[in-house]
Amino acid sequence: MSDLPLDSAEVRERLAARVDPEALAWLDDVCARIAADAKELARHFPAAGRKLGRGPLDPDASPDDVHAWTIDDAGRVLMLVAAGDAAEGELDELYRFGDAAERRGILRALAYLPIGDRGLHIADDAVRSNDTRLIAAALGPYATAYMPDEAYDHALLKCVFTEVPITPLDGVPERVTPNASRMLAALVHERIAAGRDVPAEVWPVIELHPPAEELRAIEAELESPYEDRRAAAERALAKRKGAQPH
Amino acid sequence: MRIFEPHAHMTSRTTDDYEAMAASGVKVLVEPAFWLGQPRQYVGSFIDYFNSLLGWERFRASQFGIRHHCTIGLNPKEANDDELRKGVLEVLPRFLAKDGVVAVGEIGFDAMTKAEEEALVVQLEMAAEHDLPVLVHTPHRDKAAGTRRTLELVEKSSLPPERVLIDHNNELTVAEVLESGCWAGFSIYPNTKMDEHRMVRLLEEYGTERMIINSACDWGVSDPLKTRKTIDAMLAAGFTEDDVDKVAWQNPVDFFAQSGRLILDELGEPDMTATYEGNTLLRGEQR
Repeated sequence: MSDLPLDSAEVRERLAARVDPEALAWLDDVCARIAADAKELARHFPAAGRKLGRGPLDPDASPDDVHAWTIDDAGRVLMLVAAGDAAEGELDELYRFGDAAERRGILRALAYLPIGDRGLHIADDAVRSNDTRLIAAALGPYATAYMPDEAYDHALLKCVFTEVPITPLDGVPERVTPNASRMLAALVHERIAAGRDVPAEVWPVIELHPPAEELRAIEAELESPYEDRRAAAERALAKRKGAQPH
Repeated sequence: MRIFEPHAHMTSRTTDDYEAMAASGVKVLVEPAFWLGQPRQYVGSFIDYFNSLLGWERFRASQFGIRHHCTIGLNPKEANDDELRKGVLEVLPRFLAKDGVVAVGEIGFDAMTKAEEEALVVQLEMAAEHDLPVLVHTPHRDKAAGTRRTLELVEKSSLPPERVLIDHNNELTVAEVLESGCWAGFSIYPNTKMDEHRMVRLLEEYGTERMIINSACDWGVSDPLKTRKTIDAMLAAGFTEDDVDKVAWQNPVDFFAQSGRLILDELGEPDMTATYEGNTLLRGEQR
């Protein structure tokens, strides 16, 4: 996502613009305690929402945008960053005992922590959930950097299933493999056979590596003996045309 | 009207649902072990869950005159957690030995990982060892490829295809599944998987042999009365009462009776014994 905070200093800057000085002072105090002893995370990490707020970090973002950071996400990222090298030892327990908001904060933070690929199991767990905000948060720059191709392909498909928009994903288009394009095209075919629709945004991703067999099967649906399948194929292919680069 | 609901996650449903299902004609149901929406973290959570499927849920159903059975297995999604996979697979045999466990399931693929495949293969063999059929969940994502891979693994296993029910089929998987000799299950959902009118079309196209319908109601948007609604759609489309009875009763009974663990006595179904004369497994349950 283009408007993703670049580093933790920028995260703090954005947060400072969104919360009152008292709340910011609370966060600074808590971060100092965590820096001295990472065990303090267990107590303060859950409090970020009630102390700082839960609205979007970007005042223009929609509260329904699952990709948008929230104010408490930013607070939790800063807490984990404050723990430095000691953050790694706390991550599993924080995640295990975390509610959805805390888990989202951890997922947002992964890219800012000195942990290499050793947080990948947490991102994988979140992708296995059905909570759209967790899935979206798991697929930030950390997943772009470390998630293996097969897992990323399936995560992308899972987004389409759970209605997480894929265009804003950090790893789209550079992490899209031919297998991901194929699976998305197979999904389009399956939906057409059911007389159903897919979001138009799958087409640019399919077109990155156009899978001949699946596309032929989709076009063949135009000749289906069933009216609803023909209609669904026409709608899908109209979206494809609309998505083609000019 | 007698309905055998072969796939309902009743743990997530209310007593109102049990009442409505009973009123719609459901006399027997099977609750497959699956995941609970949020990944579990401990093997102990599975043990408690399996025990509740065998105990509390059976009792709840009985309050409404419904005979509750379950399938026990490690679902593919949670099989991706290494510790859970090892731990749950280790305790499974204790549960597979129990009465009222009519299949191993739901097993199968979710994201088609190596861990999922390992759990699937191990559990296919466990089913053979415990003389149980299996209920296989096909993936919601990349379904056609996942179904194909599942059928390959079934063929390589020591299970004959007639002991395997491949569930959540759609227009693109049904032909291949029927060809393999496995049973084809269809989950009828309010918005997604399959609806009752598409189901009627598939029954017109592929017949009623080895075809099984279910509501797969769970904690998501789902409807425990979808099996009945599909029956109504079948009748409206000109299917006979016998066709309906085959799909909604006979087929699931035939499939799960292979476990020898269906408990269908006290159901007031006088024709049960007659239908299954010669099936020593079932007679063993009806002494």
